[in-house]
Amino acid sequence: MTQATQKANSPLELKGRMMTLTVLRLLDPSVEVLARELDRRMQDAPDFFRHLPVILDVEAVDDSDLHQDLPGLVGLLRAREFLPVAIRGGGEQWNAAAREAGVGVFSGGSEVPAVRGQTGRPRAVQEQASVSPSTVVEQPVRSGQQVYARGGDLIVLAPVSPGAELLADGNIHVYGSLQGRALAGVRGDTGARIFCQKFGAELVSVAGTYSVSEQFEESVRGAAVQVSLRDGDVLDIRPL
Amino acid sequence: MARIVVITSGKGGVGKTTTSAALATGLAKAGHRTAVVDFDVGLRNLDLVMGCERRVVYDFVNVINQEATLNQALIKDKRVPGLCILAASQTRDKDALTDDGVARVLKELSEDNDFIVCDSPAGIERGALMAMYHADEAIVVTNPEVSSVRDSDRVLGILSSKSRRAEEGREPIRERLLLTRYAAERVAQGDMLSVEDVQEILGIELLGVVPESKAVLNASNAGIPVILEEDTDAGQAYQDAVARFLGEERPYRFLDVQKKGLFGRLFGS
Repeated sequence: MTQATQKANSPLELKGRMMTLTVLRLLDPSVEVLARELDRRMQDAPDFFRHLPVILDVEAVDDSDLHQDLPGLVGLLRAREFLPVAIRGGGEQWNAAAREAGVGVFSGGSEVPAVRGQTGRPRAVQEQASVSPSTVVEQPVRSGQQVYARGGDLIVLAPVSPGAELLADGNIHVYGSLQGRALAGVRGDTGARIFCQKFGAELVSVAGTYSVSEQFEESVRGAAVQVSLRDGDVLDIRPL
Repeated sequence: MARIVVITSGKGGVGKTTTSAALATGLAKAGHRTAVVDFDVGLRNLDLVMGCERRVVYDFVNVINQEATLNQALIKDKRVPGLCILAASQTRDKDALTDDGVARVLKELSEDNDFIVCDSPAGIERGALMAMYHADEAIVVTNPEVSSVRDSDRVLGILSSKSRRAEEGREPIRERLLLTRYAAERVAQGDMLSVEDVQEILGIELLGVVPESKAVLNASNAGIPVILEEDTDAGQAYQDAVARFLGEERPYRFLDVQKKGLFGRLFGS
């Protein structure tokens, strides 16, 4: 997966890396319709979208005049705290629009980035540099509350109540009782794990593979456990 | 400046209004000027429990809409000096509680009072949010059963994120638990959650435990705050809770089955 060009003691390192990125498919050529739909979606989970790097898939609207409004659309996304990185699936006229809008272009459906915009690249690099490794929560996470650790681990130093939800791109650690839901590796990290001191979760999930309370063995209830993914599709819950 | 105390729970029927009436009466009896405000617009009850339903002329919504002054709407309690009631409107709904209007009424009330007790409606909608928004302290009324405990947990989450104190980044609301309708026999039989169980889930300071008691219903029907029924178990439990609210240390009673004696062991930490 990782391809590194590296010299000893170099202050810079260039890496080609495969990453999971969110693709926003544009299915309507009207900026107003898109904006309205975006606002509606964001109401459901405002924190989930904050600073989220996205690729705009314009394949469905390739023939429309939307490319003329691309800079406006990109501005609109940034105002809503999305980070549009690049577009994909558009014709020649889209590439010029992408340059103007300051985003890159992914050629075809391949993962090889062909970044053409001058401002697109630094933006993407900046995003990587500002990723904080972990999120620490010291207050109890109560029923109805949701905490998402983007790009790293989530560490909770208080109880997590039934009906609360923890999400992390990396591992989840709970130094208290875990009664709610815990979803680690939500963007596909199959190596992510969940650790807790007192296990009573309603649901646990690693990289999309989940298990609900009914399926847990009695021996792990109330115990200190770790949850990890075995063979890619089996959740392993065992005492620490 | 008055301390604003919200009585809240999420779930309905757990004893918010009974508690609001008892706390406000207890604070006034201890010599603190107290106003108790019914936020349950459309389902007005507090005036009944306080026994002043026949004296309501103007209500909270009239004052918000500036159709009456606060002094016209406040009802002075006949039994306890320094206590007044602001009734809710029965003919309106919660949308009548505007942000500015509520803020203005509470500000005006806080000039002449030491405590303002806000009786929150059930639920987590507008009325409840308005009642808790300005609070300095919260008393979360919970029954020892799972759905009440879960709703209380939800409300605690909202208190810590959607209150004015949270928005302004000030010291958080002081949250305390009042466990009501506690039946020691049923806890002993394992039918009901114990104080320890509830505290483990909610993890907040315990203000008091009020036993399940006929006295509460009798007092409500008679329009007397149960705290004034000094020879009843519930009345005494509320007196203890008010004393603790004011910083006094009191042992917890009514935790054990009656036969073992009225005075329970000193509870927990």
